[in-house]
Amino acid sequence: MTPGPLDLALGAGFVLLNAGLSALLGLGLARTILVAACRLVAQLTLVGLVLRTVFGLGAPGPVVGVVAVMALAAAYEIGARQERPLRGPWRYALGGVVTAGATVIAVAVGLAALRPQPWWNPHALIPLSGIVLGSVMSGIAIGLNGFTAAVRGERAGIEARLALGATRDEALAPLVRSAIRAGLIPVLNQMAAAGLITLPGMMTGQILAGQDPEGAASSQILILFLLAGASGLGVTGAVLAASRRLTDARHRLRLDRLA
Amino acid sequence: MLRIDSLRRGRFGPFDLALAPGEACAVTGPSGAGKSVLLRMVADLDPSEGRVSLDGTDREAMPAPLWRRQVTYLAAEPGWWAETVAEHFPADAPSRLAPEREALRLPPEVFGWPVARLSTGERQRLALLRALAGGPRVLLLDEPTASLDPDSVRGAEAVIARRRAAGLIVLLVSHDPAQVARLAARRLAVADGRPA
Repeated sequence: MTPGPLDLALGAGFVLLNAGLSALLGLGLARTILVAACRLVAQLTLVGLVLRTVFGLGAPGPVVGVVAVMALAAAYEIGARQERPLRGPWRYALGGVVTAGATVIAVAVGLAALRPQPWWNPHALIPLSGIVLGSVMSGIAIGLNGFTAAVRGERAGIEARLALGATRDEALAPLVRSAIRAGLIPVLNQMAAAGLITLPGMMTGQILAGQDPEGAASSQILILFLLAGASGLGVTGAVLAASRRLTDARHRLRLDRLA
Repeated sequence: MLRIDSLRRGRFGPFDLALAPGEACAVTGPSGAGKSVLLRMVADLDPSEGRVSLDGTDREAMPAPLWRRQVTYLAAEPGWWAETVAEHFPADAPSRLAPEREALRLPPEVFGWPVARLSTGERQRLALLRALAGGPRVLLLDEPTASLDPDSVRGAEAVIARRRAAGLIVLLVSHDPAQVARLAARRLAVADGRPA
């Protein structure tokens, strides 16, 4: 059931219809829609080519290399989405390191459960890493952005607590908690809504590709568990690390470390 | 005894000062001269160089939260972090601080009030009470009565005077010469970030 060029053209017609509708209604989105559609075609075609090459090489190095590039892209995205990012290399490094750590743990659990042969089999490692990275990335981006905004907004209250002798952890605890909660909402929604409201993308793909829906469901359950675990670790780690970076050993609030 | 030795940060300082128990010093000077910066440095809320010690113990020798419980800074616009007034005080504060609350002309029910409902003047008086609740040895007051009516100003000054009689050291920023004359025997004039 692989769609050929003609079938894709049918789908593209659907996007063109959408762009035409936008032009007709004066939404000003027609251009954006077309550019996004072209980017999608170019990016996915390229990725398909690269992956096919990597799959063909049959060595762990290139496979791990692809995963590393994906992790770098995730680190960049997290930094780029911050309204008031941390100053200097911390902007990308903090989110990137935590994302990588949480992803490695989740992927290790996933590999232990799926037992691909060999362990670096790109058919397992690359999609697994990609889906975990994406989920951890959006959770951390939301958590960090919410945390720095809250710290700036609540500056007077935080400094009042510090001035009265609170430790930095005491003064920041409510903000840390609500930022972690905000960062975990997407993955929690994803778990709760899976199947009822949406068929998760991976499961849709597997069923379309002709797999047994029950098998597709059980691998989707495993994936969602990995996403939830990785997001929990990643968001908590990133927000706690940011709360350390925005204070110092003398329990001072260091907003000068925000850009 | 509070000792400040060549305390400085960036273009501010160096400041030197020694205050005995019960002594009060007014920090005066134009806006932007660095008066608040000095108080924040003494409380260790901003990074600084130089030495600050209380009764011979260096502030670096103790954790910063412990230092700030003894050397407490009260900001000109005090911050709040919870919904009701009571959550900003220790549990035994309402009974323990009753006389001072009364001198500040605040009713006993004030602890149950939501912070959002407080007037600027009420906030300022409650923040003073809150700073006193921890029993500090040094109080760093940044325009503590700027938005108070004359009766409340007298109440606040009386509360501070009573604590001083019990040994509290006060470093006070005030733009009111009459208040400086009433409260503080010593002056530290600041201009352009330096002692003038």
